[in-house]
Amino acid sequence: MSDIVDARGLSCPQPVLLTMEKIKKQTKGEVAILVDTDTSKENVSRAAMSQGWKVKGVKPDGTGYKITIAKK
Amino acid sequence: MIRKFFASRWGIISVGAFIGVFAPLLQKWGNPGNMGICVACFERDIAGALGLHRAAVVQYMRPEIVGFVLGALIAAYLFKEFRPRAGSAPIVRFVLGAFAMIGALVFLGCPWRAMLRLAGGDWNAVFGILGLIGGIWIGTLFLRKGYNLGRAQETHTSVGWLLPLIMLGFLCLMFIFPQVEGQDKTGVLFYSLKGPGSQHAPLFAALGVGLAVGILAQRTRFCTMGAFRDLILFRQIHLFSGVVALVVVAFITNLILKQFHPGFVSQPVAHTMSLWNFGGMVLAGLAFALAGGCPGRQLFLAGEGDGDAAVFVLGMIVGAGFAHNFGLASSPQGVGPHGIAAVIIGFVVCLFIGFTMRKKVA
Repeated sequence: MSDIVDARGLSCPQPVLLTMEKIKKQTKGEVAILVDTDTSKENVSRAAMSQGWKVKGVKPDGTGYKITIAKK
Repeated sequence: MIRKFFASRWGIISVGAFIGVFAPLLQKWGNPGNMGICVACFERDIAGALGLHRAAVVQYMRPEIVGFVLGALIAAYLFKEFRPRAGSAPIVRFVLGAFAMIGALVFLGCPWRAMLRLAGGDWNAVFGILGLIGGIWIGTLFLRKGYNLGRAQETHTSVGWLLPLIMLGFLCLMFIFPQVEGQDKTGVLFYSLKGPGSQHAPLFAALGVGLAVGILAQRTRFCTMGAFRDLILFRQIHLFSGVVALVVVAFITNLILKQFHPGFVSQPVAHTMSLWNFGGMVLAGLAFALAGGCPGRQLFLAGEGDGDAAVFVLGMIVGAGFAHNFGLASSPQGVGPHGIAAVIIGFVVCLFIGFTMRKKVA
């Protein structure tokens, strides 16, 4: 089970801010982020990778996406 | 493959470069000096064409703006990204749009034009850009403290279509009531006989470039405010590299076209009151940061179905009406009679919004 950050409906830069906040507290393991636009999907993936996290998968979720990131 | 390229560093750089080539070209084809593209100025001209203000020198239905929105709409549909959404504090976005416009018109340009003025040798732009960065920096302080305007909701497709349809309507008005030489009005539309509003590239060139920029910017998420915000907030240079490409390429294009004229005085559609070039853009930068996008980005978002960005755009157009009706906008002679008061009021309003709207989202 991974922790979930729900960033659906939030505009720039909130999805990235929430993701950063989360991975600052949780320094390893797996986190899932829910977003509703392609922009947020790209921004969150880019931000996670810049912090040394890997994007494990991006799956359609409702009308948006569920991004799973992980760090060992 | 195309999708990946546009999301990459080279994607955003190539779009900045594209704007850097075509904005100076639009100037060569007829647009005002260092104003090949200016989202704030052009929306102000649209407000003038509609008679929402009656400043005779700035009245023209700018096809570039129509192209930005429709281009973004086309790109959003082509790449299956059209997502109708609305409901994230629309009234706040309207007010932010109005004050962003008022601040931009004290400086005489949006962030896009600030970059183009710099690339054309107008050193007054340096104060504007410093103000822009200062305003965005204040915005990031609020963002760090949890400022946000709440969630948008998914909604009917037609909600997302409204601003593109309004823009299409504006374009139709232009065909129904075209400019007649020597006349300041055709049907319902006002036209300028002199001043910046009388200077414009041919309709189809302007529309074509607008559409192309709209498509490319929707794909790459080009944003002149986000460029500085992400740099300050996350030390990320992705969007910033697009803005740098714009300035560098526009500078080179201006050199080739002999449009580079360095100096402070006698710059086209500009004044030399440095403090208020700075102050106006602090206000605009803060308003853009609190609203989550520069004026161009708001047009592209509106094109891909964001009803809240559409409200921001309408706020800017109405703000332009206030700016000229109330004597808030600057002119080459300097700030308007009430411009300074408006910047201060706008700043207080933005602080009020920033301090009070920081409820954590559930």
